[in-house]
Amino acid sequence: MAQSKKEILTQGLFRENPVFIIMLGLCPTLGVTTQVINGIGMGLSVIFVLVFSNIFIALLKNVIPNSVRIPAYIVIIAAFVTIVEMVMHAFAPSIYKALGIFLPLIVVNCIILGRAEAFANKNTVLDSFLDGVGMGLGFTLALILIALIREVFGAGTITLMAIGKFSGVIEIPLLYKYPARVMTLAAGALLLMGYLKAFFGYLQMRKEAK
Amino acid sequence: MAYLAIFITYIFINNFILTQFLGLCPFIGVSKNSESAIGMGMAVTFVMGLASIITYLVYTFVLIPLNLGYLQTLSFILVIAALVQFVELIIQKNSPALYQALGIYLPLITTNCAVLGIAILNINEGYNLMQSFSAGIAGGLGFTLALVLMSNIRERMDLHPVPRVFKGVPIAFISGGLMALAFMAFDKALLMNLLG
Repeated sequence: MAQSKKEILTQGLFRENPVFIIMLGLCPTLGVTTQVINGIGMGLSVIFVLVFSNIFIALLKNVIPNSVRIPAYIVIIAAFVTIVEMVMHAFAPSIYKALGIFLPLIVVNCIILGRAEAFANKNTVLDSFLDGVGMGLGFTLALILIALIREVFGAGTITLMAIGKFSGVIEIPLLYKYPARVMTLAAGALLLMGYLKAFFGYLQMRKEAK
Repeated sequence: MAYLAIFITYIFINNFILTQFLGLCPFIGVSKNSESAIGMGMAVTFVMGLASIITYLVYTFVLIPLNLGYLQTLSFILVIAALVQFVELIIQKNSPALYQALGIYLPLITTNCAVLGIAILNINEGYNLMQSFSAGIAGGLGFTLALVLMSNIRERMDLHPVPRVFKGVPIAFISGGLMALAFMAFDKALLMNLLG
Protein backbone atom coordinates (compact mmCIF):
# COMPACT_ATOMS: atom_id res chain seq x y z
CA MET A 1 0.00 0.00 0.00
CA ALA A 2 1.73 3.14 -1.20
CA GLN A 3 0.73 6.29 0.60
CA SER A 4 0.83 9.68 -1.04
CA LYS A 5 3.33 12.19 0.30
CA LYS A 6 0.56 14.30 1.73
CA GLU A 7 -0.92 11.36 3.62
CA ILE A 8 2.46 10.53 5.17
CA LEU A 9 2.85 14.13 6.29
CA THR A 10 -0.62 14.52 7.78
CA GLN A 11 -1.24 11.15 9.38
CA GLY A 12 0.88 12.09 12.41
CA LEU A 13 -1.15 15.24 13.00
CA PHE A 14 -4.55 13.73 13.71
CA ARG A 15 -5.32 10.22 12.54
CA GLU A 16 -2.22 8.70 14.13
CA ASN A 17 -1.40 11.43 16.61
CA PRO A 18 1.49 10.00 18.66
CA VAL A 19 0.18 11.23 22.01
CA PHE A 20 -3.59 10.82 21.84
CA ILE A 21 -4.01 7.86 19.51
CA ILE A 22 -0.85 5.74 19.60
CA MET A 23 -0.07 6.75 23.22
CA LEU A 24 3.69 6.95 22.86
CA GLY A 25 6.05 9.33 24.63
CA LEU A 26 3.84 10.01 27.62
CA CYS A 27 6.50 10.85 30.18
CA PRO A 28 7.66 14.15 28.66
CA THR A 29 4.10 14.91 27.58
CA LEU A 30 2.97 15.22 31.17
CA GLY A 31 6.30 16.07 32.74
CA VAL A 32 7.08 19.34 30.98
CA THR A 33 3.66 20.76 30.18
CA THR A 34 3.30 23.06 33.17
CA GLN A 35 3.95 26.08 30.93
CA VAL A 36 3.18 26.58 27.26
CA ILE A 37 6.72 27.66 26.41
CA ASN A 38 8.13 24.42 27.86
CA GLY A 39 5.74 22.43 25.71
CA ILE A 40 6.89 24.34 22.63
CA GLY A 41 10.57 23.86 23.54
CA MET A 42 10.10 20.14 24.09
CA GLY A 43 8.09 19.81 20.87
CA LEU A 44 10.75 21.56 18.80
CA SER A 45 13.50 19.41 20.29
CA VAL A 46 11.56 16.26 19.49
CA ILE A 47 10.86 17.43 15.91
CA PHE A 48 14.58 18.04 15.39
CA VAL A 49 15.66 14.68 16.78
CA LEU A 50 12.85 12.78 15.07
CA VAL A 51 13.47 14.31 11.63
CA PHE A 52 17.22 13.82 11.67
CA SER A 53 17.17 10.33 13.16
CA ASN A 54 14.53 9.31 10.60
CA ILE A 55 16.68 10.67 7.75
CA PHE A 56 19.85 8.99 8.97
CA ILE A 57 18.19 5.67 9.70
CA ALA A 58 16.57 5.68 6.25
CA LEU A 59 19.99 6.42 4.73
CA LEU A 60 21.75 3.70 6.69
CA LYS A 61 19.04 1.05 6.57
CA ASN A 62 20.97 -1.10 4.10
CA VAL A 63 24.25 -0.79 6.00
CA ILE A 64 23.08 -1.66 9.52
CA PRO A 65 22.91 -5.42 10.10
CA ASN A 66 19.46 -6.49 11.16
CA SER A 67 20.55 -8.13 14.42
CA VAL A 68 22.10 -4.96 15.91
CA ARG A 69 19.64 -2.45 14.49
CA ILE A 70 18.10 -1.36 17.81
CA PRO A 71 21.43 -0.40 19.47
CA ALA A 72 22.45 1.32 16.23
CA TYR A 73 19.23 3.36 16.22
CA ILE A 74 19.73 4.28 19.86
CA VAL A 75 23.23 5.58 19.16
CA ILE A 76 21.98 7.71 16.24
CA ILE A 77 19.14 9.10 18.34
CA ALA A 78 21.39 9.75 21.35
CA ALA A 79 23.84 11.68 19.15
CA PHE A 80 21.10 14.07 18.01
CA VAL A 81 19.73 14.43 21.53
CA THR A 82 23.21 15.44 22.70
CA ILE A 83 23.32 18.10 19.97
CA VAL A 84 19.93 19.47 21.08
CA GLU A 85 21.09 19.52 24.70
CA MET A 86 24.23 21.48 23.87
CA VAL A 87 22.47 23.96 21.58
CA MET A 88 19.70 24.57 24.10
CA HIS A 89 22.16 24.95 26.97
CA ALA A 90 23.97 27.61 24.97
CA PHE A 91 21.06 29.56 23.47
CA ALA A 92 17.99 28.97 25.66
CA PRO A 93 19.30 28.33 29.18
CA SER A 94 15.96 29.03 30.88
CA ILE A 95 14.10 26.41 28.83
CA TYR A 96 17.05 24.05 29.25
CA LYS A 97 16.63 24.39 33.00
CA ALA A 98 12.86 24.02 32.91
CA LEU A 99 12.98 20.87 30.79
CA GLY A 100 15.67 19.48 33.07
CA ILE A 101 15.89 15.72 33.07
CA PHE A 102 13.32 15.35 30.30
CA LEU A 103 15.74 16.72 27.71
CA PRO A 104 18.23 13.81 27.88
CA LEU A 105 15.24 11.51 28.26
CA ILE A 106 14.22 12.24 24.66
CA VAL A 107 16.58 9.34 23.91
CA VAL A 108 14.14 6.86 25.41
CA ASN A 109 11.04 8.59 24.03
CA CYS A 110 9.20 5.71 22.43
CA ILE A 111 7.96 7.85 19.53
CA ILE A 112 11.41 8.23 18.04
CA LEU A 113 12.51 4.62 18.34
CA GLY A 114 9.00 3.56 17.33
CA ARG A 115 9.07 5.57 14.10
CA ALA A 116 12.59 4.34 13.35
CA GLU A 117 11.46 0.75 13.69
CA ALA A 118 8.02 1.09 12.10
CA PHE A 119 8.71 3.57 9.33
CA ALA A 120 12.24 4.82 8.61
CA ASN A 121 13.85 1.43 8.14
CA LYS A 122 11.42 0.45 5.41
CA ASN A 123 10.90 3.69 3.51
CA THR A 124 12.81 6.16 1.38
CA VAL A 125 14.67 9.13 2.79
CA LEU A 126 12.09 11.65 1.59
CA ASP A 127 9.15 9.70 3.02
CA SER A 128 10.97 9.26 6.33
CA PHE A 129 11.66 12.98 6.45
CA LEU A 130 7.98 13.78 5.90
CA ASP A 131 6.94 11.21 8.48
CA GLY A 132 9.33 12.75 11.00
CA VAL A 133 7.95 16.25 10.38
CA GLY A 134 4.33 15.07 10.61
CA MET A 135 4.76 12.99 13.75
CA GLY A 136 6.88 15.70 15.38
CA LEU A 137 4.24 18.35 14.65
CA GLY A 138 1.49 16.08 15.96
CA PHE A 139 3.48 15.60 19.17
CA THR A 140 4.10 19.35 19.49
CA LEU A 141 0.43 20.22 18.94
CA ALA A 142 -0.61 17.72 21.60
CA LEU A 143 1.95 19.15 24.01
CA ILE A 144 0.79 22.72 23.40
CA LEU A 145 -2.85 21.74 23.91
CA ILE A 146 -2.12 20.02 27.22
CA ALA A 147 0.19 22.80 28.39
CA LEU A 148 -2.39 25.45 27.47
CA ILE A 149 -5.15 23.81 29.49
CA ARG A 150 -2.88 23.11 32.44
CA GLU A 151 -1.37 26.57 32.58
CA VAL A 152 -4.61 28.50 32.05
CA PHE A 153 -6.44 26.63 34.79
CA GLY A 154 -3.49 25.93 37.07
CA ALA A 155 -1.79 29.31 37.12
CA GLY A 156 -4.09 31.65 35.17
CA THR A 157 -1.31 32.59 32.76
CA ILE A 158 -0.04 31.74 29.30
CA THR A 159 3.74 31.92 29.13
CA LEU A 160 5.30 32.53 25.72
CA MET A 161 8.60 33.94 24.51
CA ALA A 162 9.52 37.40 25.78
CA ILE A 163 9.79 39.65 22.72
CA GLY A 164 10.70 43.32 23.11
CA LYS A 165 8.33 45.07 25.52
CA PHE A 166 6.07 42.05 25.81
CA SER A 167 7.16 40.10 28.89
CA GLY A 168 5.93 36.85 27.44
CA VAL A 169 3.31 36.21 30.12
CA ILE A 170 -0.40 36.68 29.39
CA GLU A 171 -2.57 36.85 32.50
CA ILE A 172 -6.13 35.58 32.42
CA PRO A 173 -8.19 38.01 34.54
CA LEU A 174 -10.25 35.87 36.93
CA LEU A 175 -8.22 32.67 36.88
CA TYR A 176 -5.01 34.50 37.70
CA LYS A 177 -6.38 35.42 41.10
CA TYR A 178 -7.94 32.07 41.93
CA PRO A 179 -6.06 29.37 40.03
CA ALA A 180 -6.75 25.66 40.49
CA ARG A 181 -3.20 24.80 41.51
CA VAL A 182 -3.77 21.09 41.23
CA MET A 183 -3.68 21.34 37.42
CA THR A 184 0.02 22.20 37.47
CA LEU A 185 0.78 19.25 39.75
CA ALA A 186 1.17 15.62 38.82
CA ALA A 187 -2.38 14.68 39.79
CA GLY A 188 -3.95 17.30 37.54
CA ALA A 189 -1.84 16.19 34.60
CA LEU A 190 -2.97 12.57 34.90
CA LEU A 191 -6.64 13.55 35.34
CA LEU A 192 -6.53 15.89 32.34
CA MET A 193 -4.85 13.23 30.21
CA GLY A 194 -7.63 10.79 31.11
CA TYR A 195 -10.37 13.24 30.13
CA LEU A 196 -8.62 14.25 26.90
CA LYS A 197 -8.12 10.63 25.95
CA ALA A 198 -11.81 9.92 26.61
CA PHE A 199 -12.76 12.95 24.51
CA PHE A 200 -10.66 11.82 21.54
CA GLY A 201 -11.99 8.30 21.93
CA TYR A 202 -15.51 9.73 21.78
CA LEU A 203 -14.73 11.66 18.59
CA GLN A 204 -13.29 8.52 17.02
CA MET A 205 -16.33 6.47 18.01
CA ARG A 206 -18.71 9.01 16.50
CA LYS A 207 -16.72 9.00 13.27
CA GLU A 208 -16.87 5.24 13.06
CA ALA A 209 -20.60 5.19 13.76
CA LYS A 210 -21.22 7.44 10.76
CA MET B 1 19.93 7.85 58.40
CA ALA B 2 20.82 9.33 55.01
CA TYR B 3 19.93 6.03 53.36
CA LEU B 4 16.58 5.83 55.11
CA ALA B 5 15.88 9.35 53.85
CA ILE B 6 16.76 8.28 50.29
CA PHE B 7 14.41 5.32 50.52
CA ILE B 8 11.47 7.34 51.86
CA THR B 9 12.12 10.08 49.33
CA TYR B 10 12.17 7.84 46.27
CA ILE B 11 9.40 5.45 47.32
CA PHE B 12 6.85 7.96 48.59
CA ILE B 13 7.75 11.64 48.24
CA ASN B 14 9.28 11.61 44.77
CA ASN B 15 7.55 8.48 43.55
CA PHE B 16 8.82 7.99 40.02
CA ILE B 17 5.46 7.48 38.40
CA LEU B 18 3.10 9.56 40.48
CA THR B 19 5.12 12.73 40.96
CA GLN B 20 7.93 12.67 38.39
CA PHE B 21 6.17 11.11 35.39
CA LEU B 22 8.99 8.68 34.71
CA GLY B 23 7.94 5.27 33.43
CA LEU B 24 4.37 6.13 32.48
CA CYS B 25 4.27 3.82 29.46
CA PRO B 26 4.51 0.57 31.48
CA PHE B 27 2.28 2.16 34.15
CA ILE B 28 -0.55 2.23 31.63
CA GLY B 29 0.56 -0.69 29.48
CA VAL B 30 1.49 -3.42 31.96
CA SER B 31 -0.96 -2.68 34.78
CA LYS B 32 -3.86 -4.79 33.56
CA ASN B 33 -3.30 -7.60 36.08
CA SER B 34 -1.33 -7.71 39.30
CA GLU B 35 0.81 -10.70 38.38
CA SER B 36 2.47 -8.98 35.44
CA ALA B 37 2.67 -5.76 37.45
CA ILE B 38 4.76 -7.50 40.11
CA GLY B 39 6.95 -9.14 37.43
CA MET B 40 7.57 -5.85 35.68
CA GLY B 41 8.20 -4.05 38.97
CA MET B 42 10.79 -6.61 40.08
CA ALA B 43 12.56 -6.54 36.73
CA VAL B 44 12.70 -2.72 36.78
CA THR B 45 13.95 -2.61 40.39
CA PHE B 46 16.71 -5.09 39.56
CA VAL B 47 17.85 -3.23 36.46
CA MET B 48 17.61 0.18 38.16
CA GLY B 49 19.83 -0.96 41.02
CA LEU B 50 22.46 -2.40 38.68
CA ALA B 51 22.26 0.51 36.24
CA SER B 52 22.78 3.01 39.08
CA ILE B 53 26.03 1.31 40.07
CA ILE B 54 27.38 0.90 36.57
CA THR B 55 26.48 4.35 35.26
CA TYR B 56 28.02 5.85 38.41
CA LEU B 57 31.25 3.95 37.78
CA VAL B 58 31.29 4.87 34.09
CA TYR B 59 30.68 8.52 34.89
CA THR B 60 33.25 8.80 37.70
CA PHE B 61 36.05 6.68 36.30
CA VAL B 62 35.71 7.09 32.54
CA LEU B 63 33.83 10.24 31.56
CA ILE B 64 35.17 12.65 34.19
CA PRO B 65 38.90 11.76 33.91
CA LEU B 66 38.68 11.98 30.12
CA ASN B 67 36.67 15.21 30.25
CA LEU B 68 33.83 13.70 28.26
CA GLY B 69 30.90 14.81 30.44
CA TYR B 70 28.90 15.78 27.36
CA LEU B 71 28.76 12.13 26.29
CA GLN B 72 26.73 11.33 29.41
CA THR B 73 23.41 10.67 27.67
CA LEU B 74 24.94 8.60 24.88
CA SER B 75 27.13 6.45 27.09
CA PHE B 76 24.41 5.90 29.72
CA ILE B 77 21.84 4.64 27.26
CA LEU B 78 24.40 2.31 25.67
CA VAL B 79 25.42 0.96 29.06
CA ILE B 80 21.78 0.40 30.00
CA ALA B 81 20.94 -1.31 26.70
CA ALA B 82 23.95 -3.60 27.03
CA LEU B 83 23.19 -4.26 30.68
CA VAL B 84 19.58 -5.26 29.98
CA GLN B 85 20.71 -7.65 27.24
CA PHE B 86 23.39 -9.10 29.53
CA VAL B 87 21.00 -9.57 32.45
CA GLU B 88 18.57 -11.29 30.13
CA LEU B 89 21.27 -13.74 28.98
CA ILE B 90 22.45 -14.54 32.51
CA ILE B 91 18.97 -15.06 33.90
CA GLN B 92 18.03 -17.24 30.94
CA LYS B 93 21.10 -19.40 31.48
CA ASN B 94 21.11 -19.73 35.26
CA SER B 95 17.57 -19.39 36.45
CA PRO B 96 14.88 -20.50 34.02
CA ALA B 97 12.20 -19.97 36.66
CA LEU B 98 13.14 -16.32 37.13
CA TYR B 99 13.42 -15.93 33.39
CA GLN B 100 9.89 -17.22 32.99
CA ALA B 101 8.70 -14.60 35.45
CA LEU B 102 10.71 -11.61 34.23
CA GLY B 103 11.76 -12.56 30.71
CA ILE B 104 9.12 -10.84 28.65
CA TYR B 105 9.49 -7.58 30.56
CA LEU B 106 13.24 -7.25 30.21
CA PRO B 107 13.38 -6.00 26.60
CA LEU B 108 10.84 -3.30 27.47
CA ILE B 109 13.07 -1.90 30.18
CA THR B 110 15.72 -0.36 27.92
CA THR B 111 13.25 2.30 26.83
CA ASN B 112 11.78 2.80 30.29
CA CYS B 113 12.41 6.44 31.24
CA ALA B 114 12.78 5.50 34.90
CA VAL B 115 16.05 3.63 34.33
CA LEU B 116 17.85 6.35 32.37
CA GLY B 117 16.12 8.85 34.68
CA ILE B 118 17.64 7.44 37.87
CA ALA B 119 21.09 7.29 36.25
CA ILE B 120 20.92 10.99 35.37
CA LEU B 121 19.31 11.97 38.69
CA ASN B 122 22.10 10.24 40.64
CA ILE B 123 24.69 12.33 38.83
CA ASN B 124 22.67 15.54 39.21
CA GLU B 125 22.18 14.96 42.95
CA GLY B 126 25.88 14.18 43.45
CA TYR B 127 25.28 10.85 45.20
CA ASN B 128 28.18 8.52 45.98
CA LEU B 129 28.24 4.88 44.93
CA MET B 130 26.20 3.48 47.85
CA GLN B 131 23.69 6.32 47.73
CA SER B 132 23.24 5.85 43.98
CA PHE B 133 22.56 2.17 44.50
CA SER B 134 20.01 2.87 47.26
CA ALA B 135 18.31 5.49 45.13
CA GLY B 136 18.12 3.00 42.27
CA ILE B 137 16.57 0.28 44.42
CA ALA B 138 14.22 2.71 46.18
CA GLY B 139 13.13 4.21 42.87
CA GLY B 140 12.39 0.73 41.58
CA LEU B 141 10.38 -0.15 44.70
CA GLY B 142 8.37 3.07 44.37
CA PHE B 143 7.69 2.16 40.74
CA THR B 144 6.59 -1.33 41.79
CA LEU B 145 4.33 0.08 44.51
CA ALA B 146 2.52 2.40 42.09
CA LEU B 147 2.25 -0.31 39.44
CA VAL B 148 0.83 -2.92 41.83
CA LEU B 149 -1.68 -0.47 43.35
CA MET B 150 -2.76 0.52 39.87
CA SER B 151 -3.16 -3.07 38.70
CA ASN B 152 -5.36 -3.86 41.71
CA ILE B 153 -7.54 -0.85 40.99
CA ARG B 154 -7.87 -1.88 37.35
CA GLU B 155 -8.72 -5.48 38.23
CA ARG B 156 -11.56 -4.24 40.40
CA MET B 157 -12.68 -1.73 37.81
CA ASP B 158 -13.29 -4.57 35.37
CA LEU B 159 -16.21 -5.61 37.56
CA HIS B 160 -17.85 -2.19 37.55
CA PRO B 161 -19.82 -0.46 34.85
CA VAL B 162 -17.57 2.24 33.40
CA PRO B 163 -18.98 4.59 30.71
CA ARG B 164 -17.98 3.31 27.31
CA VAL B 165 -15.71 6.19 26.28
CA PHE B 166 -13.84 5.96 29.58
CA LYS B 167 -13.15 2.22 29.36
CA GLY B 168 -9.54 1.11 29.45
CA VAL B 169 -6.87 3.78 29.22
CA PRO B 170 -8.83 6.97 30.09
CA ILE B 171 -10.17 5.60 33.37
CA ALA B 172 -6.69 4.28 34.16
CA PHE B 173 -5.29 7.80 33.81
CA ILE B 174 -8.02 9.24 35.98
CA SER B 175 -7.48 6.67 38.74
CA GLY B 176 -3.76 7.38 38.44
CA GLY B 177 -4.52 11.06 38.94
CA LEU B 178 -6.55 10.36 42.08
CA MET B 179 -3.74 8.16 43.36
CA ALA B 180 -1.26 10.99 42.72
CA LEU B 181 -3.54 13.28 44.76
CA ALA B 182 -3.32 10.83 47.64
CA PHE B 183 0.47 10.66 47.29
CA MET B 184 0.66 14.43 47.67
CA ALA B 185 0.21 13.80 51.39
CA PHE B 186 3.82 12.58 51.41
CA ASP B 187 6.03 15.62 51.29
CA LYS B 188 9.32 17.00 52.60
CA ALA B 189 7.64 18.02 55.88
CA LEU B 190 6.79 14.40 56.57
CA LEU B 191 10.43 13.43 56.12
CA MET B 192 11.49 16.20 58.52
CA ASN B 193 9.03 15.00 61.15
CA LEU B 194 10.12 11.39 60.81
CA LEU B 195 13.86 11.91 60.85
CA GLY B 196 14.14 15.18 62.74
